[in-house]
This record gives sequence, C-alpha cells and structure tokens, in this order.
Amino acid sequence: MLESLGKEKNIFLLACNGCAEACETGGEKALSAIKADLEKAGKNVASTALVDFLCNKVLVATRLAREMDKIKKMDSILVLSCGVGVQAVSKVVNKVVHPAANTVSLGGLQGLWPSDERCQACGDCALDYTGGICPITFCAKSLLNGPCGGAQDGKCEVDSEKDCGWQLIYERLQKVGRLENFKEIRTPRDHSKMLPSSELRKTSFYDIEL
Amino acid sequence: MKLIERFKQGKFVITCEVGPPKGIEIKKLIDEVVPLRDKVDAFNVTDLQSSVLRVGSMATCRLLKDKDLEPIMQLTCRDRNRLGLQSDVLSAAVLGIENLLCLTGDHPTMGDHPEAMPVFDLDSVQLLSAIKGLMGAKDMAGNDLEGQPPEFCLGAVVNPGADPLEPQIMKMEKKIQAGAEFFQTQAVYEIDKFTVFMEKVKHLKVPVMAGIIFLKSPAMAKFMNANVAGIHVPEEIINELASAGKEKRVEKSLEISARLITELKDLCQGVHIMSLGWERHISTVLEMARL
Repeated sequence: MLESLGKEKNIFLLACNGCAEACETGGEKALSAIKADLEKAGKNVASTALVDFLCNKVLVATRLAREMDKIKKMDSILVLSCGVGVQAVSKVVNKVVHPAANTVSLGGLQGLWPSDERCQACGDCALDYTGGICPITFCAKSLLNGPCGGAQDGKCEVDSEKDCGWQLIYERLQKVGRLENFKEIRTPRDHSKMLPSSELRKTSFYDIEL
Repeated sequence: MKLIERFKQGKFVITCEVGPPKGIEIKKLIDEVVPLRDKVDAFNVTDLQSSVLRVGSMATCRLLKDKDLEPIMQLTCRDRNRLGLQSDVLSAAVLGIENLLCLTGDHPTMGDHPEAMPVFDLDSVQLLSAIKGLMGAKDMAGNDLEGQPPEFCLGAVVNPGADPLEPQIMKMEKKIQAGAEFFQTQAVYEIDKFTVFMEKVKHLKVPVMAGIIFLKSPAMAKFMNANVAGIHVPEEIINELASAGKEKRVEKSLEISARLITELKDLCQGVHIMSLGWERHISTVLEMARL
C-alpha cells in the first residue's frame, strides 16, 4: 500500500461497508486500522468515509458529493474495497485512486455485484497503475501493456458498441497526470493467485455443502 | 539469415506475406513464392490470420526454408498459453527458423471459430520478453535451458494509422525495450500521415517497414476503410482506381502500389507487402517501383 502511495502525502481514505466489511478488508474496523498504519508511516489521512456499497456508482457519487472540497485538496484516494469499488470511485472522482487490496475470491461473501465481469478477483490488482480502469475486464484480450491495433474510432474490435479499454486507460492517465504508469512493462499475470486459499475453502461461506 | 542483417547492410528491405491454406494442399503456395526468391528478402507466414483455422506458420516456414526462402514466423498470443508459446519458439529454433514476428493476434470472435476460448495469457510485449529470456537460456519460470540457447531476430508490429497514435507509440517503445529489432506496419495509403508517424518514432532508431496492401477494387478499399482499424484509403485513390474501368483495373492497382512504394522509399527502411492472393503481381510492382 505504501509503495503504491509513493510520495503522496495527503490521503483520503474510503472504505466499503458491504462485502469488504464481511471480508474484513473494509468497514469501520479496517478503516481505523489502516488510518493508524498510514499515520504511523507519516501520511496525513485528512479525511475518511464509509460507504455501504462502493460498487454502486450512484451511492458513491451521492456520498462523495459532500466530500468533494476535501477530496480536491488531497493527493490521492486509497480505497478499501474489491476492484469494482475502486473502479466506481475512479469513475466519479477526478483524482488518482489506489486499491488498498489485491482482490481475491470473495468465496460466498459477495453482496451487491456478485459476478466477475468488472473484477475477476485476480489477486494482483492492476487498478493502481491504470487509473482505476481494469485492463483485465475492460480489454477483450486482457492486455496489460497497452492497446492492440484492433480498436477503431475508440471502439473494441470484438464489439463496436464497447469502448477500447486501453484508450480509456490512456485518457484517464493523461487526465490525472500519470501517463508514466503506461510506460512501465508489466510482467505476465500469476494465475495461481486466483485460486481461493485453503482457509477460505474451509469456511461455511465458501463450501456450500457444509 | 536474420532480417536485421539486411537492414545493417543498408538495404531497403522487402518482405511479403504468405497465408497458409485452409487444408493441406500447400504446393500452390510454394509454387507462387519460389519465383520471388531473389526479389523478396523474407516471407512472413501468418499465424491463423484473422482467427481463421489454417495450416500453421511453423510447418510452412520450414517448407519455405527447404526451398531456400527466408521465413519470418508470425506468433500470436491468441491460441497458446506461455507453455505452448515457449515450446513453439524452441521448436522453431530446432527447425532453423531465425525470424519471429510477435503479435497480440485478432480475437477469436473475428474468425471462423468465434466460440473458441481466447487465451492471451501473454501480450505481445510479454511474449517478446519471454523469447528474449529463452535466448538468454532461461525460460519464463527462471529455469535454465540445456545447451546452446536459441538465436532469433525479433520483430513486432505497429499501427501508424491508429487514433490516438500516442498509445501505439508508447507500446512500440515497450516492444523495443522487450527485444523487438524491427517493425512492420498496418497498410499505409496516406504518405503525409505516415511521414508524421516516422517523425514521431525517429528517436527510437529502429527499422520500420511500411505495410502495402494491393487494392483489388474500389469496393475493397471502401470495405477496409469501414472495417479495418487504422487503414484509410483516401477518396482520390479510390476514384483513381474506379476511373480505370474493369479491364484496366489490375494495371491501375499495381501502378498505385508501385507509386506508394516509391514515395515510401525515402521515409522508412523497407516495405511489407500483403498481396492477399495477388502474389503473382508482386514482382511486377517491385519492377515498377524500381526495386
């Protein structure tokens, strides 16, 4: 987390109170724990907010509307949620957004957005360097290093009604002044990170036969 | 011979595309390209072009080598995971193939098996890095290869007609960093646009081969304008072709391609001809362009 925040000092902390609360990566408890950790590391956690379901864009936009003045003064937002929440926040706020977690299988704990079309829980979150737009779910080929040559008029070669994910990422990075993120070569994914942990597999949430 | 040697000789390099057949009768393809031996530096063999099932690139490359033709094996990320790709790269080396062109590949939904699983375990940048690793005797997992490591000249592609162009150039830079030594481009019809592109990539100091696609008819040009990313055939060229009338169309088409090549000669380091079935006309066009 500290590595992804880098030199950014003033942080707005935002936590999901939905599935992330149940998974203990979000909610009140995680929020205060992370806040304390960040402060210990010399960060200024200027403000925090808890939203019931960060994957609901309307909910996020409404809740953050009253925080906008504060958010504008921040360097970035650290989001305690799954990948869908991070993407929803990035969509409604014109600010650098960092995921606080590498989303892994929710193993029966998922709530409002139960499918994987927005977040595949790959365990190796790319949202930190793509400006909060997921290249794995938004790009038809899940490319990690930039667009293929197939997009036409900003639309994907697979579906002309779908935007090219990498064009959106490029525009977004340009907007938040992080185009240098694009230049770094991203190494291949570790697909084994998608496997649910054995502890999770033993819980009654995950194992529907229990 | 590695293609990079040709560039080092200061030659204006000519490659052309060979699409393996859908079926096992490969003789026609071989017969068509053998007469081009002394005119073309190397032959790109496509890897299930447009996601349509065909004979593979590796086998065809080997058959070309048997006829003393220099093959460039195209390798896409669409159908094989990192195990399959690395194994095919090693197999290519065993068969004496020295040039590889690494691409992302079209999505399966573009072809004749739209229900197939899209693999894309690696992207083109990662594939280049992986091959570079094998050339350094290490596989992607960091294991040592036994004995002499393979040696290749690695190429990649770029689309100079993409809009916006910047992400294409940024990815091109990554490809160079990952090991690409030369680039082939999507078909070029607008010399002024291509000049701007070449200006923007000048600092990369890497040979660029402009793509040439023979225009078989005005309808084909219009189809490409509407459906192929990054290709734009200007209205004047379409009209020029249409005005020739049906009986003089082939002649006119070849004249247009030869003119484009002549204009491109001073802008880049080579041309890559995608003749799409008009292999028999390649030598005429090269003669017309004085190559």
